[in-house]
Amino acid sequence: MTDAVALTAAQAAAAVEAGDLDPRELFEAYRARAAADDLNAFVWVAGEAPGEPASGPLAGVPLGVKDLFCTEGVPSQAGSKILEGYRPPYTASVVARLAEAGAPLLAKTNQDEFAMGSSNENSAFGPVLNPWDRSRVPGGSSGGSAAAVAAGLVPWALGTDTGGSIRQPAALCGIVGLKPTYGAVSRFGMIAFASSLDQAGPLTRDVTDAALLFRHMTGRDPRDSTSIGLPEEVRLPSARRLDGIRLGVPDDLTGEGVEPGVMAAFEAALDRARELGATVERVALPHADYGLSAYYVLAPAEASSNLARFDGVRYGLRVEADDLLTMYTRTRHDGFGAEVKRRIMLGTYALSSGYYDAYYGRAQRVRTKIAEDFKAAFDAVDFVVTPTSPGVAFELGAKTGDPLSMYLNDYFTVPMSLAGIPAISIPCGLSEGLPVGLQLAGPAFSENRVLDAAFALEQALGFDGSGARQ
Amino acid sequence: MIDREQVLHVARLARLSLSDDEVQQMAGELSKVLGHIEKIAELDLDGVPPTSHVVEVPNALRPDEPRPSLPRDVVLAAAPAVADGGFLVPSPQAG
Repeated sequence: MTDAVALTAAQAAAAVEAGDLDPRELFEAYRARAAADDLNAFVWVAGEAPGEPASGPLAGVPLGVKDLFCTEGVPSQAGSKILEGYRPPYTASVVARLAEAGAPLLAKTNQDEFAMGSSNENSAFGPVLNPWDRSRVPGGSSGGSAAAVAAGLVPWALGTDTGGSIRQPAALCGIVGLKPTYGAVSRFGMIAFASSLDQAGPLTRDVTDAALLFRHMTGRDPRDSTSIGLPEEVRLPSARRLDGIRLGVPDDLTGEGVEPGVMAAFEAALDRARELGATVERVALPHADYGLSAYYVLAPAEASSNLARFDGVRYGLRVEADDLLTMYTRTRHDGFGAEVKRRIMLGTYALSSGYYDAYYGRAQRVRTKIAEDFKAAFDAVDFVVTPTSPGVAFELGAKTGDPLSMYLNDYFTVPMSLAGIPAISIPCGLSEGLPVGLQLAGPAFSENRVLDAAFALEQALGFDGSGARQ
Repeated sequence: MIDREQVLHVARLARLSLSDDEVQQMAGELSKVLGHIEKIAELDLDGVPPTSHVVEVPNALRPDEPRPSLPRDVVLAAAPAVADGGFLVPSPQAG
């Protein structure tokens, strides 16, 4: 069975289809690995294989699912104490869709509370450890999904990305993470953080697995009126060359603050892209540098509204009090962690009377400018490429005392989120023995092209992720 | 930039009680983050329309037809306290 867990998800699915692999044995092999997890990557692991043998194109290849996806009868707390004991009465559309396609739920993965964080240190379940170096963070907020995939404890996993929460942990754990175009995947049943930015996406060992999982995630859902799906079927990538492809490196979004080892790995990857026939040019994104500031107005503002529902009335934690208002305020005091409180306060402030125009209104206009920047850039180049994260995985506790330095981890990933465009992170090398991610972003709904280019680059780079496997 | 009184005011709006230590810490941290956010004040944004939704979608309408929702007992099963088929809460009047 050690052979079965060495396979990528797509290889495992093919082996099941060919009759060479029993999906029950595959599930059991991963269940045993997940149950023995010592990275704190999981908050719940299935007790046994599903009763019905899985059928469908995903052939029973089991799935890790970030805690914030509602799963019927299975704990779903979004990493928060305020949802202690919550077992939802329904399942998120994307999880249900994948189960129908033959990917059964194996485990719920640890995450930053309500997806707020870049290190997975903000979880009520405690931090996740990076399998490359257990003294370091896996990134966040989908840190449990990323660590579990990197360590080979699940074949593949779902995450969500609001400002980088799939791409950044994928980069720090040396795996592939795709943030789809906003609207490509239904948000129904995802416990909301910032509704105009949240998107579900795959975290996988390679680009082919990302394409395969994403193929069965996308689609319009009547229960999410912002979902659109993709205009074409997701293809499994096959490109070997990048002839004629123009890669744009943003002038306004590189250099300062990036670790030299990260920049070196990024530039080496660009050399490989040139060898495959691509051209690399500078591209202007004049407002991208303002992305982080706009993001830290918009996302907390939306969060402060979304998180108003956690009040001790309908689900989760309640701290008893003699009157209703005190029950609300004490429940929220005890139930939310420090970072969530900070963002609720920031968002409430930005939306409060007298400050709305200066913060929220301006940030929405900056968002327009950033989206326009990308539109103009994609007239000149096919893709925008950056390092995914300014640094490699940092030590646990290194940034917890300074929220602003933590927020700067999202510098390269936030602009794409604000513009709603797809972006993938692939591992492109090591710095100080730790993985470095390359981010490749394309126009809205260009996932097939993004996946193809990422695949060609992945094949040429030949990144070896076995250093994290257990 | 943001003082203790403002923190308390915003916490009231957010229905969040904070300990004295938290108020102190929040004032410092929020000031620092807001200092960074102030960067957007530099830009000339006159005439720029705000974006609330990035991907253009027409109004998503569906026929207004009654459908079953979740059974009441299933929903109430998740609640901290229930009575008479509803959510039970303490009195809105301060004790």
